[in-house]
Amino acid sequence: MVDSKKQWKAWLYLSPALILLLIFTVWPMINTFIMAFSEGYNGMSAVAGEKFKFGFGNFAQVVRAGGPFLKCLKNTMLLCFITVPISTMLALLIAVCLNAIKPLQKLLQTIFFLPYVTNTIAIGMVFAVMFNVVGIHTPHESIGIINSVIVAFGGERVDWINITSSYWANMFVLIVYIVWNALPFKILILLGGLQSVNKQYYEAAKVDGTSRIRTFWRITVPMLSPMLAYVVITGFIGGFKEYSSVVGIFGEQMGPVGSKGRLNTMIGLIYDALETGDYGRASAAALILFVIIFIVTMINMYVSKKKVHY
Amino acid sequence: MNKSDNNIDNVVSEVAVSEQVTEQMEQAVDQISQPEQTAELKSAVMRERNMQTVTTKQKVGKIFVQIGLYLFLTIMALIVLFPFYWMIISSFKTLDEYYVNPPTFFPTQAFDIKNYAEAFTTGSLDILFFNTVYVGIVSTVLSLVITVLSAFAFARLEFKGKNVLFACLLATMMIPGELFTITNFQTVINWKWTETFTVLIIPFLVSVFYIYLLRQNFLQIPDELYYAAKVDGTSDLKYLWKIMIPLALPTLISITILKMMGAWNSYIWPRLVAHGDAHRLITYGLRNAFTPADGQMYDYPVQMAAVVMVSLPLFLVFVFLRKYIMKGVSRSGIKG
Repeated sequence: MVDSKKQWKAWLYLSPALILLLIFTVWPMINTFIMAFSEGYNGMSAVAGEKFKFGFGNFAQVVRAGGPFLKCLKNTMLLCFITVPISTMLALLIAVCLNAIKPLQKLLQTIFFLPYVTNTIAIGMVFAVMFNVVGIHTPHESIGIINSVIVAFGGERVDWINITSSYWANMFVLIVYIVWNALPFKILILLGGLQSVNKQYYEAAKVDGTSRIRTFWRITVPMLSPMLAYVVITGFIGGFKEYSSVVGIFGEQMGPVGSKGRLNTMIGLIYDALETGDYGRASAAALILFVIIFIVTMINMYVSKKKVHY
Repeated sequence: MNKSDNNIDNVVSEVAVSEQVTEQMEQAVDQISQPEQTAELKSAVMRERNMQTVTTKQKVGKIFVQIGLYLFLTIMALIVLFPFYWMIISSFKTLDEYYVNPPTFFPTQAFDIKNYAEAFTTGSLDILFFNTVYVGIVSTVLSLVITVLSAFAFARLEFKGKNVLFACLLATMMIPGELFTITNFQTVINWKWTETFTVLIIPFLVSVFYIYLLRQNFLQIPDELYYAAKVDGTSDLKYLWKIMIPLALPTLISITILKMMGAWNSYIWPRLVAHGDAHRLITYGLRNAFTPADGQMYDYPVQMAAVVMVSLPLFLVFVFLRKYIMKGVSRSGIKG
């Protein structure tokens, strides 16, 4: 029973959303494919009306040996595969502990959520300050709070993010920052999951005299597995799109002074190509990233399908 | 291992029961005069007492577990809070004190408010604040209107291909935004939109996720209300405005906050299309105005003062609207 007047009205209501989606979502999807497979497509020659030949040239350009591709892929993969497990386990631990206490639970929950409502770039600058060593060989020398703590415990100070810093020192700072940043969302989801677990399972375990550890692995983790799968999958997707954290700490040069681009990521690679007008190369890089994310998500889904108890 | 040892939650009731039993037995001992029986009963009491010490041990264990939990959570909370503390404390230090080794945990040489004034002028924060608030408000209002209309159509109106269209919209959510950015960048250049507010507002106005969220909320409102309103001759728009919007207000507030936070935190797109002074947004402005040139020394306290000023509005929003943010976030999993 659909009368035509109603039909017309529904489309009217939908029209602003649909028009904008067509221009800024649907067309870009198609166009990205076209550009990615148009060899050597770039802004200048496109405006000049040049015709491009179909092929995989852009992809070859992106992954060419000696280019930044492997470095970006390595950085992104490392950050992803290190930070997601660490932040997930830490978040699980904190959520379980939070769930086991009564007084102050709300306050602590709020504190743990706080990093979420921050500006990634701005707080990245704070982390940079904490790890910074400035003014070496000048009367004004500051080794930063983190190094001061290390020195106070009898350690050697480390150049974390400055000119003589090593790659792994840089990575360490990034990992700390990304984990710090990723915790709130994961804690929120996991704690929500824990609070919705039916108490009867725990009662039953108690009656059977099950140990705490066993209860955790046999009841908590399986009951929480949908949420765990969710935070791991979104964590990996977010991890492959890492970019702002690096800009926050190292600035737009994506690396310490003197090692520009050392910590560039896949997203950085796309924007570098975009800024020089190489739309074809940017599109190819974006498609490669999309395929990687897609494959990793599929693997995650496959694994969680086997392990998750719904 | 020892299962009952770990079975801590039962302890409380066990202790209560055993105390009762011991009490009864002691009373019995007092009443009975025969020595043999007394001895027997006394040993029974002793056994009970032994059991009681086991259970108090468990009780102590439980307290230790609780202390451990609070200790761990407090340490983690301090680690989480420390960057905020350091940001605020550094912003009040004089440059001299900033360079003191080891760093002071509280400004000893007078609170330096000057840093804030200096940060405000060097970063032209007034322009950045104005631009960001303007873009945030306009894009939030427009986005709400579009979202409400679309969600209403999907939730309440009937038209051909509704479900197919909705499924297609949901499918676009899976594609990473970077795929769109490249073409959108080209589009706005072709339309000569760069360096305007339009370019910051229009391209990412529609969020399929918000439409989805609101549609789910609208669907929960019973159909009967709609038909009753129809019988009374109420128009769709009036029904939407008077009934549906008030009922879905929490979701709309969540959307508003997330959208405003998005404007506040957006970096990549503004950097691509509006890096001029006139239309610069806060995050890009902050990173740029306070990045020292290669090898140059920088006034970090001033930089931290700017970071505090940029972070403060977010904290205020969080303090007052925590419930809506956490609800919105737990359903979306997106930042901004």
